[in-house]
Amino acid sequence: MPSMTMIQALRSAMDVMLGRDDDVVIYGQDVGYFGGVFRCTDGLQAKHGRTRVFDAPINEGGIVGSAIGMAAYGLRPVVEVQFADYVYPAYDQIVSEAARLRYRSAGDFTAPITIRMPCGGGIYGGQTHSQSPEALFTHVCGIRTVMPSTPYDAKGLLIASIENNDPVIFLEPKRLYNGPFDGYPDRPVVPWSAHPASEVPEGHYTVPLDKAVVARPGKELTVLTYGTMVYVSEAAAKESGVDAEIIDLRTLWPLDLPTVIASVKKTGRCVVVHEATRTSGFGAELASLVQEHCFYHLETPIERVAGWDTPYPHAQEWAYFAGPARVAAAFRRAMEA
Amino acid sequence: MSKRATEPAVTPAKSAALTAARPSSVATANAPTYDPGPLRLHVPEPTGRPGQQTDFSYLRISAPGEVRRPPLDVSPGDTADMAGALVRVLDDDGHAVGPWAPEVEPETLRRGLRSMMKTRAFDARMLIAQRQKKISFYMQCLGEEAIAIAHALALREGDMCFPTYRQQGLLLSRDDIDMVELMCQLMSNTKDPVKGRQLPVMYSYKRAGFFTISGNLATQFIQAVGWAMASAIKGDTKIASGWIGDGSTAESDFHTALTFAHVYRAPVILNVVNNQWAISTFQAIAGGESSTFAARGVGCGIASLRVDGNDFLAVLAASRWAAERARNNLGPTMIEWITYRAGAHSTSDEPTRYRPAGDWQAFPLGDPIERLKKHLMTLGVWSQEEHEATQKELEAQVLAALKQAEQFGTLHDGHQTPLRSMFEDVYEEMPPHLEDQLRQAERGD
Repeated sequence: MPSMTMIQALRSAMDVMLGRDDDVVIYGQDVGYFGGVFRCTDGLQAKHGRTRVFDAPINEGGIVGSAIGMAAYGLRPVVEVQFADYVYPAYDQIVSEAARLRYRSAGDFTAPITIRMPCGGGIYGGQTHSQSPEALFTHVCGIRTVMPSTPYDAKGLLIASIENNDPVIFLEPKRLYNGPFDGYPDRPVVPWSAHPASEVPEGHYTVPLDKAVVARPGKELTVLTYGTMVYVSEAAAKESGVDAEIIDLRTLWPLDLPTVIASVKKTGRCVVVHEATRTSGFGAELASLVQEHCFYHLETPIERVAGWDTPYPHAQEWAYFAGPARVAAAFRRAMEA
Repeated sequence: MSKRATEPAVTPAKSAALTAARPSSVATANAPTYDPGPLRLHVPEPTGRPGQQTDFSYLRISAPGEVRRPPLDVSPGDTADMAGALVRVLDDDGHAVGPWAPEVEPETLRRGLRSMMKTRAFDARMLIAQRQKKISFYMQCLGEEAIAIAHALALREGDMCFPTYRQQGLLLSRDDIDMVELMCQLMSNTKDPVKGRQLPVMYSYKRAGFFTISGNLATQFIQAVGWAMASAIKGDTKIASGWIGDGSTAESDFHTALTFAHVYRAPVILNVVNNQWAISTFQAIAGGESSTFAARGVGCGIASLRVDGNDFLAVLAASRWAAERARNNLGPTMIEWITYRAGAHSTSDEPTRYRPAGDWQAFPLGDPIERLKKHLMTLGVWSQEEHEATQKELEAQVLAALKQAEQFGTLHDGHQTPLRSMFEDVYEEMPPHLEDQLRQAERGD
């Protein structure tokens, strides 16, 4: 089985789906001839043709709005927003249109579209290339919000998203594109080839949507997280010596609540970790659900580790990013209380 | 404060007259004199307010038959003159004149007239039903009936319209859409096809080429372009027709649609229904003062026309021209339809507060029903007696349909879709959290 980076795995997913389904089309800024600024669509136009994989004007509202029209026709568009930070002009089309088409027309029209966008920081991208806007989507009824953390999941979840008949917001943690970054910016990058989850089948397979996975089994404490923070939490477990059970949510919403509840009831402690800003972040919903369903099993208050409530800084990136030290500190607080 | 700051050198009416006297492409029509500071903000005004008479000279109306008919493969830039003129076919005597006069069977026109009368009768009865609180809200298309109904004649089965809330004529002109079902939607009753989820008039009819209507304006314009792009990607023969009002052309989705339509040469007709008013804002506030909306199309590389929207034959001819261009890979066409919103914006609006009450009677392009009626009588294929009989017949049909629809309930009599339906269709399959919330709602806790 070949070893793939997350970029190669995503490209393979789109290649497979372009080959299997004539209704799949892929477009976005720079995704055609050039193959995308992160190279995710490299070679796909040459292989599948210019009317299946093509460049779009710099207009996110237009990219998503036209995709909704294409979906209403019967296609299955996969569109790229170059950075999640650029998605806001498309927000009306996502929230008011794609998410509600099925509902408002009672199933007469649907929007099976996948909106891919790189998210998260750690690349010195400053405030316009680093954001994690997932909570703006988990708040919206009618869409799925998905974020993979491994090449294997990235391909399987992307294929499942494309095949899904509802719109999917597919967030790609860009710091994981080339390796499982664990939050130590001063250490050398570990390549995906050194990680078992980089073994990715060449053909078609899916990873189920709406299902979390236990990334690291543990007994003392439950970590609810996703994306880059899965690896940061693993590093924090090592650093703190806490036997943490790390749940990689994979699909943020609809949430795999049974997996969350089972783990928290087992460990009696819960730490929620995400890169996004803290206030009204998705962690707030997770903390609320945990107290609602596991209150009498909790030994200590739920801890939240998140980005500060500031715009994502440039020079002070590593003071902003919730690295292993901050996550480990939260683990210790949860254990000591 | 100087006198200049409080008393504009150019009054709105004078400004409009100046605008009317100049070619539409002159962008400096509102800055007629050299006038160094203090700087003034220009806030456009209509030429008439309540108690005044509107000066409709701002409309820039061409004579019937006067405007040329370019070849189908005209270069978009060569339609600049069309975007400033006004395509008209019917003259004041009811004759079809000029290069745009379409070849059309009298029977088709008789059916068109009947559809317009049916739409008007339907609207009138639904306004009464709203006052009787059988429906919560209504939007009529009084005075604009010709646009949707004649346009529909240029489309084929399988084409897709992305309408606004004022194109009910697209549905009411079809024999396969039952008025009873439309009324069930309006009353949100147990037979409402969209299960009480949408405001009245926000219909969805995929089988009739009618995209689900959104209350968020302009979003459908770029979706129409996307639909057309899909048809082209698949090598299909179907085309899309997108609709927008003058007011919402100010939204970015409008400009987005023009860009995408031009870039991908999408087989789409981009209709701008300029009925002069967006709720209480005059079309000049959307940007219609020194330019036409059709001129936006030309600026974006799209062949564009400006057409008398109250002239059934002009609407038919221009729509056919645009549809044929789309089907022949000649790309998008923008059409600005000039008309007048004769009624209130909706049942929640009171237009006498912001515009002269007699505007519609003074509107120079008249009433589309009266104009087509006159044409048919001139042709000798319609009579006053037939007209009156048809009117009575349609009113009776609408009333009978309403009685039938009311059997399935009205908004406030408790006949609604079951509670479960509120939680369905959010996703294809109901996820666990919605199952939970449904159970909570059923328990009432």
